[in-house]
Amino acid sequence: MTYIAKPRLHHPSLVKNKAGFTRRDYEGAVSTLCAGCGHDSISAAIIQASYELDVLPHQIAKLSGIGCSSKAPTYFLGASHGFNTVHGRMPSVMTGANLANKNLVYMGVSGDGDSASIGLGQFAHIMRRGVNMTYIVMNNGVYGLTKGQFSATADKGSISKKGVANSEEPIDLVSLAIMMGATFVGRSFSGDKHQLVPLIKAAMAHQGAAFLDVISPCVAFNNHPGSTKSYDYVREHNEALNRIDFIEGREEITTSYDAGTLTTVQQHDGSILRLRKLGEDYDASNKVGAMTRVQEGMAAGEVVTGLLYVDPSPKDLHHHLNTVDAPLNTLGDADLCPGSSALEKINASLR
Amino acid sequence: MPQAIAAVNDFVVKFANVNGSGSASANELFARSILRMGVPVSPRNIFPSNIQGLPTWYEVRVTEKGYLGRRGGGVDMMVAMNPQTWAEDVKEIEPGGYLFYDSTKPMPSSMFREDINIVGVPLTAITNATYSDARQRQLFKNIIYVGALSVLLDIDDNEIKRLFGEQFKGKEKLLDSNVKALNLGRDWIKQHFDAASVKLKVRRADNVGDRIFVEGNNAAALGAVYGGATVCAWYPITPSSSLAEAFQAHCKKLRHDKGTGKAKYAIVQAEDELASIGIVIGAAWNGSRAFTSTSGPGISLMTEFIGLASFAEVPAVIVNVQRGGPSTGMPTRTQQSDLLSCAYASNGDTKHVLLFPEDPGECFEFTADALDLADRLQTPVFVMTDLDIGMNHRLCKPFHWDEQRVIDRGKVMTAADLDAGKTFGRYLDVDGDGIPFRTYPSTHPTKGAYFTRGTTKDEYARYSEEGAVYVRNMERLQKKFGTAARIAPQPLRHSSPKATRYGVIYFGSTSPAMTEALDQLEAAGNHVNALRVRAFPFAQGVEDFIHEHDRVFIVEQNRDAQLRTMLMSEFVLDGRKLVPVLHYDGTPITARFIAAGIAKELGQLKVVSFEKAAS
Repeated sequence: MTYIAKPRLHHPSLVKNKAGFTRRDYEGAVSTLCAGCGHDSISAAIIQASYELDVLPHQIAKLSGIGCSSKAPTYFLGASHGFNTVHGRMPSVMTGANLANKNLVYMGVSGDGDSASIGLGQFAHIMRRGVNMTYIVMNNGVYGLTKGQFSATADKGSISKKGVANSEEPIDLVSLAIMMGATFVGRSFSGDKHQLVPLIKAAMAHQGAAFLDVISPCVAFNNHPGSTKSYDYVREHNEALNRIDFIEGREEITTSYDAGTLTTVQQHDGSILRLRKLGEDYDASNKVGAMTRVQEGMAAGEVVTGLLYVDPSPKDLHHHLNTVDAPLNTLGDADLCPGSSALEKINASLR
Repeated sequence: MPQAIAAVNDFVVKFANVNGSGSASANELFARSILRMGVPVSPRNIFPSNIQGLPTWYEVRVTEKGYLGRRGGGVDMMVAMNPQTWAEDVKEIEPGGYLFYDSTKPMPSSMFREDINIVGVPLTAITNATYSDARQRQLFKNIIYVGALSVLLDIDDNEIKRLFGEQFKGKEKLLDSNVKALNLGRDWIKQHFDAASVKLKVRRADNVGDRIFVEGNNAAALGAVYGGATVCAWYPITPSSSLAEAFQAHCKKLRHDKGTGKAKYAIVQAEDELASIGIVIGAAWNGSRAFTSTSGPGISLMTEFIGLASFAEVPAVIVNVQRGGPSTGMPTRTQQSDLLSCAYASNGDTKHVLLFPEDPGECFEFTADALDLADRLQTPVFVMTDLDIGMNHRLCKPFHWDEQRVIDRGKVMTAADLDAGKTFGRYLDVDGDGIPFRTYPSTHPTKGAYFTRGTTKDEYARYSEEGAVYVRNMERLQKKFGTAARIAPQPLRHSSPKATRYGVIYFGSTSPAMTEALDQLEAAGNHVNALRVRAFPFAQGVEDFIHEHDRVFIVEQNRDAQLRTMLMSEFVLDGRKLVPVLHYDGTPITARFIAAGIAKELGQLKVVSFEKAAS
């Protein structure tokens, strides 16, 4: 944990984004997670992504379940409403929140225990339903707050800090999310902000169910030899499929990166994703191909990262329900209550 | 010749059918035609947890006096259409009663009883002679027996035809074929049977008035529309499923934008009850009015979330259409056995607001009220109905809506309030009622945001496990619960014409049986004052009522006297004074049961006091 309190006053020279806020305006309280925790890097990436996207801080709602990862929303977006719900059930609360107001940006933060163990059912169903959100799992394969038990994403054969080998098959949330109908699925590593920040930005701009599995080593319980979610292991086995450049709106910006094979994906809101392919030729819009590539990676012991699958024209839950344009939580008496004359007619039909 | 029960506008007819045979609409037609003659009826479905093939019954109490509870005892006429249940159906007929059956196949005399009157109509023969299609044969057989019964019981066939006309408006072919089937039954009786030998008769009266005939689930769903619910999340479970479906049907008619056709509501059939309540809580947290409907096992699943909503102070409305418990229990039978599991749902010191509607009329009213109360109190509110109210058509006063009424969102701080410099403490009691102000997400760019959590926190929503902070919060919640007792529906009192030391407390679907039982008790010289509890936390009037009497009967439809337990613990009462009268076999409670139970106790009480006087 960090003991140095951040000064409340911002330096006047801090650069404001188009919404008129500095990067500091997207920060939260001082983290109480362990020093070096991957989750803090992900929080920093969320802050950076929100700042760069010029989102008004209060137009984001952040929701989480229970666990180390679910504590993280306290440490970013302090000007946003947050809801730390119950263990494994954030998806349903986020679904309800999204139904009430379709205009906010929904950021769900969860962990591998929260989403793959206790909350697997709700995880699957929120993807099926196509809730317009960014759902980030800070995945360390371990229960931190209760001191180091395996979670359901721990790899088979992975060794716990106490020296016990995991005998159960891991749940791969990325494969599951693709199968369940998520329309934006990516995986990254907390230690790779160059990949992570654009992925989060693209997920936030995606107008459908976006899922990011972020491998986030637990420095206290899962950063030792034998763990497959440690910094060293992930760095050695990271097989990045692509690097993503996120470009807001339609304007092209030049990139200083070396050009590899480039593919451009334009999302429904006009934002452009430029995928610089690494290694083999990879098509992120091919759902079956994405499933295959992820499975191949698993078989080869690789952590396949990057934007794995995207449907550039997703349909979200509000589309399916054909709700009015105005957020439901803004409708008043005139919209909601049919009044006494309509009731008289109903009475007459019941006699 | 057996004797023949003679009764005008006061008898019970029961239909024994096979589930899925299309009998339900014919039986309902029978009940409605009597209503249209100005004679109150009270029908009840008795059905199994099954789609097709198992026995199902429909019991119609014809009651000019308007006693809408189940009468109890045997039936005066059995329409025995199910060979599977023949023996028990025949057994259920009162001596001197009537057995109406399909006489197409000859039956041995051992299948009948000597002390009942037999009406055999060759229904199968008539349908086979008229229709070639198997489905038509089955459906019209039901209409044919309604036709036959209408002659036997003097039901005006013009009322039935009028009902057909309303039902098949614009579908003239269906209308004609139904009228034809009706007349087949009517003609057969007229030609082959002396209708006067059946001495159960319906006579036109004027006791229905402007009352409506509606199921509680339908009424509660309409209450949710009027109360401004925009989000409904649910999971199918008997006997509550028809509530969410009725909400959908009402919304389709009442809640679509006329210009765009778009929906001013969102309904999600969730993957389970945990998700249903989670969605409700998320929507309510974000400023929408939201509700779910469920039954006992669903409440068990929702319990953790109910605790969160209560402790984090998020509104939620849960309509619990109670059924027989525990566990899967009796899914298609009625009980009032979820009081304790709802009132104290979840871990730690939690208490929740419960409303107890007596009929569909109050289902409408209380569901709309619950949406206001949940917002005002920022807490879950349960509408505790049951299968008896929810899934049966019940005569009740017409729905009423005050045109001046507006949605009461309770204490919500706006951007203007925040800009004006009002202090915002999410859990700060600013005016002594225990209810703090809340902000909806996205209210203001820099002010009013807070973190909602199930962990303990201080007045400004900051995480704290400090003892004093925790105790302050828990005491404020207790104070808020006291406010709930004052603003929730108050108990209703019915006083005996004579002063008495005896009282009775009841609630919910017991109401119609209690009205009748009080008349029976009064007629027998047993004077009892009555109080109908309409909400938990209990109003002061409930405690006062108990203190005014020496003995108070607590009438409930559960085994463990759950309301009595709550009264004893909430008011710290001596239980000996509270005499339980408990009915919990899954059938709706009857006036006979209540009156007999109370009369028996009263007899014993009087003996005791006599002995005391003598000693």
